[in-house]
Amino acid sequence: MLIRPKEGILDPQGKAVERALPALGFEGIEHVRVGRMVELEAEDPGRLAELCEKLLANPLIEDFEIEEINAASSVPTNP
Amino acid sequence: MNWGVLQFPGSCDERDALHACGLTGEARLIWHEERDLGGVDAIVVPGGFSYGDYLRAGAIARFSPAMEAVSEFASDGRPVLGICNGFQVLCEAGLLPGALLRNDNLRFVFRQVELVAGECDSPFLREFEPGERISVPVKHGEGRYYAPEEMLDEIEARRQVAFRYAPGQNPNGSARDIAGVTNEAGNVLGLMPHPEHAVDEMTGSTDGLRLFAGVAGALV
Repeated sequence: MLIRPKEGILDPQGKAVERALPALGFEGIEHVRVGRMVELEAEDPGRLAELCEKLLANPLIEDFEIEEINAASSVPTNP
Repeated sequence: MNWGVLQFPGSCDERDALHACGLTGEARLIWHEERDLGGVDAIVVPGGFSYGDYLRAGAIARFSPAMEAVSEFASDGRPVLGICNGFQVLCEAGLLPGALLRNDNLRFVFRQVELVAGECDSPFLREFEPGERISVPVKHGEGRYYAPEEMLDEIEARRQVAFRYAPGQNPNGSARDIAGVTNEAGNVLGLMPHPEHAVDEMTGSTDGLRLFAGVAGALV
């Protein structure tokens, strides 16, 4: 699961990373957003969206995507 | 008047909350695994780092047996106060609107702030005049109150803003300077500042004590 701050919500972590980049010689990078990734193994991937909504993400402030690895498909869920 | 103060693994302000409650009645700790609140009249969800604040602050604590009982307690219209991490838990549990995010400057803030009391119909606000300024400490790294604009408009229209940071004193970038909100019914209050640390002249202010006294008075 990829979980990231919703568009429009101030992400101070992303801003801090962005501000550090020019000093390292990385130019032209903007809109840095820092989220998190949760890896897990599931017998039934069908309920993972519910898991994201109830626990792993807070839908008020975060968007999430679910990516199935080894299933040869990637299923974006969060509208 | 009997207060119950929840205690999670990682709570750290439950002793001060117990002390503050004890000044206005009887108070006892309720361990997070307890499902029975034991006939208390009001609940405090205290500050700290419940379950290590892993994942998101308050995200795991909301699923504890004690919090299930608190949700029922709150839906019966009885008083529930969430302070700091307790505020985060109540938001995650859906008992209060909004969410708390990392402070806008990414720094942990620990200082005395002035708050302006709102015009709420809540037992916690009974001892405060709307617009009155009070002095209490804040100490948190994730206290930036956030809700979508439409939700903020609704909260304001329904007079659910219990406290705002005084002009120029917003320590964390909270939307519309909001420091604390109630639910629609007014019986659940959450705030980032710590009224339980402002109950003795020795620490500079006793303004926080009036919040506890308001509930005790309402229940007498």
